[in-house]
Amino acid sequence: MSSDAIAIQTAEAAGRPWVATLHEWVTTVDHKRLGVLYILYALFFLVIGGIEATIMRIQLMHPHNDFVSPQVFNRMFTMHGTTMIFFVAMPILFGFANYLVPLMIGARDMAFPRLNAFSFWLTAFGGLLLYFSFLGGNGLYGAGNAPDVGWWAYAPLASRAFSPGHSSDYWTIALLASGFGSIGTAINIIATIISMRCPGMKLSRMPLLAWMNLVMSGMVLLAISPLSAAQIMLLVDRYLGGHFFDTQAGGSATLWMHFFWIFGHPEVYVLIIPCFAFASEIIPVFSRKPIFGYPVMVGATVCIAFVSMSVWAHHMFTIGMNSYANSFFTITTMAVGVPTGIKIFNWLGTMWGGKIQFKTPMLFCIGFLFQFLIAGLTGIMMASSPFDWQLSGSYFVVAHFHYVIVGGILFALFGAFYYWYPKITGRMLNEGLGKLHFWLFLIGFHLTFDLMHIPGLLGMPRRIYTYEPGRGWETLNLLVTIGAFVQGIATLVFVANLVISYFKGAKAANDPWDAWTLEWSTSSPPPAYNFASIPTVASRRPLWDLKHPEDPDSRYE
Amino acid sequence: MHRTTHKTDWGVVVGRATGILVLLAGILFAAGLCAATPQDNSVPSIFDPHSTPADSIRHLSHFVLAVTGLIFLVVFSLLSYVVVKFRSRAGDTAREPAQVYGSTQIELAWTIIPILIVVVLFLATARVIHAIQDAPKPAEAVEVTAIGHQFWWEFRYPGLGVVTANELHVPVSDPSHPTPTFLKLLSADTDHSFWIPQLAGKTDLIPNRVNETWLDPHETGLFLGQCAQYCGTQHAKMLLRVYVDSPEDFKVWVRGQQQPANEDEKEAAGKRVFERTACLNCHAINGTNGTGRFGPDLTHLMSRRTIASGAAENNSQNLRLWIQNPDSIKPGSLMPAMKLSDTELDALVRYLETLQ
Repeated sequence: MSSDAIAIQTAEAAGRPWVATLHEWVTTVDHKRLGVLYILYALFFLVIGGIEATIMRIQLMHPHNDFVSPQVFNRMFTMHGTTMIFFVAMPILFGFANYLVPLMIGARDMAFPRLNAFSFWLTAFGGLLLYFSFLGGNGLYGAGNAPDVGWWAYAPLASRAFSPGHSSDYWTIALLASGFGSIGTAINIIATIISMRCPGMKLSRMPLLAWMNLVMSGMVLLAISPLSAAQIMLLVDRYLGGHFFDTQAGGSATLWMHFFWIFGHPEVYVLIIPCFAFASEIIPVFSRKPIFGYPVMVGATVCIAFVSMSVWAHHMFTIGMNSYANSFFTITTMAVGVPTGIKIFNWLGTMWGGKIQFKTPMLFCIGFLFQFLIAGLTGIMMASSPFDWQLSGSYFVVAHFHYVIVGGILFALFGAFYYWYPKITGRMLNEGLGKLHFWLFLIGFHLTFDLMHIPGLLGMPRRIYTYEPGRGWETLNLLVTIGAFVQGIATLVFVANLVISYFKGAKAANDPWDAWTLEWSTSSPPPAYNFASIPTVASRRPLWDLKHPEDPDSRYE
Repeated sequence: MHRTTHKTDWGVVVGRATGILVLLAGILFAAGLCAATPQDNSVPSIFDPHSTPADSIRHLSHFVLAVTGLIFLVVFSLLSYVVVKFRSRAGDTAREPAQVYGSTQIELAWTIIPILIVVVLFLATARVIHAIQDAPKPAEAVEVTAIGHQFWWEFRYPGLGVVTANELHVPVSDPSHPTPTFLKLLSADTDHSFWIPQLAGKTDLIPNRVNETWLDPHETGLFLGQCAQYCGTQHAKMLLRVYVDSPEDFKVWVRGQQQPANEDEKEAAGKRVFERTACLNCHAINGTNGTGRFGPDLTHLMSRRTIASGAAENNSQNLRLWIQNPDSIKPGSLMPAMKLSDTELDALVRYLETLQ
């Protein structure tokens, strides 16, 4: 019945002028369309951020290279970092959350559809504003500059004395705008999960994806608020004569660091927890087993959220805190390893004894597991503060957090794309291209980021536009650059797959992976109202119960 | 194991490919480290320390690497085993595997063991934190104030009356009679970070804040480092050189630095250029009316091997180029192009070259 409805809609859509379709997308309050908008918007910026990374890698290919000037290089790493965190990772994860959470908890939309649209357009505005700085950064004659203060804009570098013109203002206001968007979305996700679950879906029966997005949203509220406060303080400093961070008038440079990192570290978990969520949905389905230790998984997630609120100063081990503070942040940081380790073991426990199918989503999840393990272990190394006095601010750190963000977050995201693309578009992504994408990206990733650790151990600091020959960094940097190009090609394969499969891909059934959560019970793509009648659930895997009436989960929970 | 179909067995492929990748990565990693540690300290590797704090960090890092390496081996073996062993095989029955929901004992085990590991790692770390941060300052210690500038280093030895830039000289420290160097770290503008990987971990120089670090080198020689906290356009060329001298050489160096600037009547013309242009707004030369502090003190300029904070060798050609157009050596440096005539430039360079 629901698939008939969608067919009628599509037939109607085909006859309409494109302006009407555009108008419909721009004014939409449907969580699925907003989800798709978020994802497309983020993919666009992923390509831009990738180009910026490529420019940096070309510059660092040889010592004393002059492909770009120091000024351009500094803008590139500032824009690359800001773009990838605020305008790729956050929106793409919000996009998936928007699309999936209502479907997985059996709701027809988010709790506040119009707030949802408002949040998306605020975020979109933030991104445009950031990039408008290329034109308007100097505020005169259109001869502009993008911000070049680094993505964490340490004081006093971002003060007017050291950052004249408007480039830092664009950065600040872009982050403020998108930050309010993020807060809106977080409130919306929390409200939706608390109050819109279908009958029978107790919190203890909620899919892990919903649980983890609930925790993520709570963290967004706690993390983005101090960031927004700091941005406002910076604006006060820059325009109203305030002295919060103005060291020339007695302000505090370390105050900004505290504000930034009490946002910055939880932010890492804001990004990784939804990726844990993808892994926790995909790994069980392709292992043909339920998630191992559901209550512990939920507990570990909440535990990570709490502990990660007290680790921020491990980004500041080199600022000269006393030995007690350094010890405190060492142990809290190491403590995060415990619940994170539990998660890795629980995913392994899920695969143990299963019948693992190596479809593309699962391949990416295995890659995620492997790389996230290494990222966690290099994290432990840096938690050991004396070791960090050597590693901090070096290429080792750059390699570490790209291991988290690319090796962990992006791999899980690619898995999510292959897994939910059929639901969102009604077409399967091509498996052959998918596997090519996976292997190419895996090789490029390891070539780049495995080797990138070493120059850091050999004393190469990050954020330098060039380096001296003879320090043992040359060959490594060349190989890292080659790896970056391999990743670029793999990403093109992915984009090609998205486009080709949209038009030519095999038609997807409602439940192509033989999965167990509610989104697979409706048509692909789902109708505007999601479910013809609101489902009722009796266990964590309602579709398992449906497919195995002789042995339903509800018997054991 | 006998399979009758020709379908690719992805489990085996994944397992082997990952194995090969890990092996390759390991070999490359080790090769990279080995190839890059020659004897002359041109590679500032953190695993080749020559000073007490850097040495204790290396010891700690070996322990942490061993523990994390072991964890990696265990978990990676488990992952490989699971991927190969529990792959769905061709010709398998369509039945689902046994549905297992969890196990309290196992989950308790993989909670408690990591907690114990964390405790051990923390205790090992806390010892080193204390040993480095709370080290007592012996009476024989050399005291230096290091001030970070965009984009160079100012070094002042308050007890010795010495002021220099970019190239720090410290005495070698004999373990039986240690003469460590304690540095007070200040900043004149933005954040910087003092990092000589072979001598000590990095410590930031932050405006409105006094930080401290110390070196205790056991071997003479030149040790390289650079600013490790992004500080603006030319962060990359804010290089740092530390000369560890024998006690005698250090005394000689200090005595040389304590002398007033060399007066050479023949180069009075060059001195006039220095005193009558904007040079003296930023640079000091002892015995002239130049007392500026925005740029390096030039009193003993020629005792330094490099100019522009290590960006170029200190010779007449580079000096000339640097005064004429600093951007050609270090684009974005705060030194302005001086726009001198050729005669003035020649005279000035000749004068500077007398400042031994």
